[in-house]
Amino acid sequence: MLLRIEPRSEPSKTMKYMSPLIAAVLMLISGIIIFTLLGKNPVEAFHAFFIEPVNDLYGIGELFIKASPLMLIGTGLAIGFRASIWNIGAEGQLAIGALFGGYIAILFNDSNGFFILPLMLLSGAVGGMLWAAIPAFLKTVFNANEILVSLMLNYVALLLLALLVHGPLRDPNGYGFPQSVLFADSAILPILVEGTRLHLGVFIAFAGVFVGWIFLLKSFAGFQIQVAGLAQKAASYAGFQYKKLIWIGLLSGGLAAGIAGVLEIAGPIGQLLPTVSPGYGYAAIIVAFVGRLHPGGIFLSSLLMALLYLGGESGQMNLDLPSAVTGIFQGLLLFYLLAADFLINYRICIGALKKEGI
Amino acid sequence: MSDSFAVMIIVATIASGIRLATPFLLASLGEALGQRSGVLNLGVDGVMLLGAFGAYYAVLQTSNLYLGLLVGIGLGLLIGLFYAFITLNLHAEQGVSGIGIYLFGLGMSDLLFQKLVGTPRPILPFMPLEIPVLSGFPIVGEMLFQHSIIVYIAFALVPIMSFVLHRTTYGLNVRAIGENPEAADSLGVSVMFTRYSAIIIGNGLAGLAGAALAIELGIFQQNLTNAMGFIAIALVYFGAWSPKGVMIGSLVFGLVQSIVLQCKTFGVIPRSASDLASMAPAIITILALVVVAKRFKQPSALTKPYVRGG
Repeated sequence: MLLRIEPRSEPSKTMKYMSPLIAAVLMLISGIIIFTLLGKNPVEAFHAFFIEPVNDLYGIGELFIKASPLMLIGTGLAIGFRASIWNIGAEGQLAIGALFGGYIAILFNDSNGFFILPLMLLSGAVGGMLWAAIPAFLKTVFNANEILVSLMLNYVALLLLALLVHGPLRDPNGYGFPQSVLFADSAILPILVEGTRLHLGVFIAFAGVFVGWIFLLKSFAGFQIQVAGLAQKAASYAGFQYKKLIWIGLLSGGLAAGIAGVLEIAGPIGQLLPTVSPGYGYAAIIVAFVGRLHPGGIFLSSLLMALLYLGGESGQMNLDLPSAVTGIFQGLLLFYLLAADFLINYRICIGALKKEGI
Repeated sequence: MSDSFAVMIIVATIASGIRLATPFLLASLGEALGQRSGVLNLGVDGVMLLGAFGAYYAVLQTSNLYLGLLVGIGLGLLIGLFYAFITLNLHAEQGVSGIGIYLFGLGMSDLLFQKLVGTPRPILPFMPLEIPVLSGFPIVGEMLFQHSIIVYIAFALVPIMSFVLHRTTYGLNVRAIGENPEAADSLGVSVMFTRYSAIIIGNGLAGLAGAALAIELGIFQQNLTNAMGFIAIALVYFGAWSPKGVMIGSLVFGLVQSIVLQCKTFGVIPRSASDLASMAPAIITILALVVVAKRFKQPSALTKPYVRGG
């Protein structure tokens, strides 16, 4: 028996949608192996990791809370990724968004007006976009590699946020703890479902994904991005300005990440902390790819990724597994996906080489 | 009196800068080799973390520092093989697949540490190896010739890597494939073999870099590298893909870190300013990327998978 690999005459549509499923299944199998190697009962571990976190209404609410920044950022990044613009800086853009939004909340902590939340969102969006504008500017003017610039800015952003929360933005009556004042009610996203922590931000994220879908698949700029991603030369013959696409690609990610940062601090956290994200900016890259860079797919994959985060927390509490397991799953999911994507353009055949007509 | 004290501090700062530059240098030499062959590996930090943990654990168990270095290299080679397979055979997107390696390495090293070690126990680092005669010189001797063996290995690799890249057939192949794989292939150079070997060796060096870091610090903890691997990637751009350039970049970074550390210890500058200074590596990197992008060209085939006739 011979195994052969041959190119497909055209990319397989089926495999494009099957490959995330294959990747998820392989990830689960690897997970079971890892749990077993750690001396845990695999069935029990599987239950604690993937079922227990979401077997009640509260858990479902938590799932959506965790998924919302991921789906929002994933959609924003997908717009850039489709044009082959690699924004790896969402983690920093999120931190700056949180910083800008949180500053508004602290500034207006004594007043309560309906304007505070919208202003926080706007300010966070501007912050995220400003941070993403740096790699866009350096790429368009100096041709500096956007992957590395956006990545490096993550560290600058995280240090900047921590520095300000340790210093000027610290709660003066907080006994020196590095955290801001607790936000007033008018700066907190209202909870919508009794018995859960499901807040308005989740629906803002849904709306963001929907807007992303309209933009990407129904607008002319979205069309230009798709063309540029598929065939850069064709795009330039058609007169599409690549520089404009770089700006759109990076700013959309910054916008989404900035808003996601505000949703975090005005949602589950309720104040500014030195760290506001457990790596959502990186996880959202995986979410975007697993979701096939399509807002609908990203919505689904963000739920899977959120489950990995919840599972990590649950495994830590119930099985004494370090939460680091989440990162292992995230990494494995991405590898398996990229590997399975090979099957979109190639097929594996069993049997001897057939004579091929050329 | 205060003059000699100042000299002492300067000497100590430079010596520690050279020590701190070593993991950067090893990792970025490895990354430079891979990029010269046309493959970007964003996972260096993950590889370093796994190498660091492997080395730390091996030394903890056997007290053999050399075994620790070997374990670090071995883990790097293994991940290199895997990375080569997914990028070269399966054409995974190099801009993101390295992030998978990073997240995996970050999680796996932490998991193994918590499960196998639990509470951190220090290991004894290498004793400084004093080069006879040279180490006796005042000032220079203390700065340059009283380091651990791994420092000498790392700096010796700079001329070796230069020689391999510019004076051997293998090096010519690596450079040709990074620029124009079609042409190299048509001349009978195996693109697969060359890229596979460059990636595997490069990751082995990243594993060694992690091992060197863990042994130098004598400890392991979660996220020990704290993004050193990402800076190492940027140093390749900083050094314009040449071993010598990468060495200069690593030394600059080592020195910056060392100065920041000294300032923190002596409290010369207020805390907020030293926090600001912690941003220096990332900001210098960005500035360097801007300057380099203007003046040097990256290998033409970087991040492009090679398909014959494709």
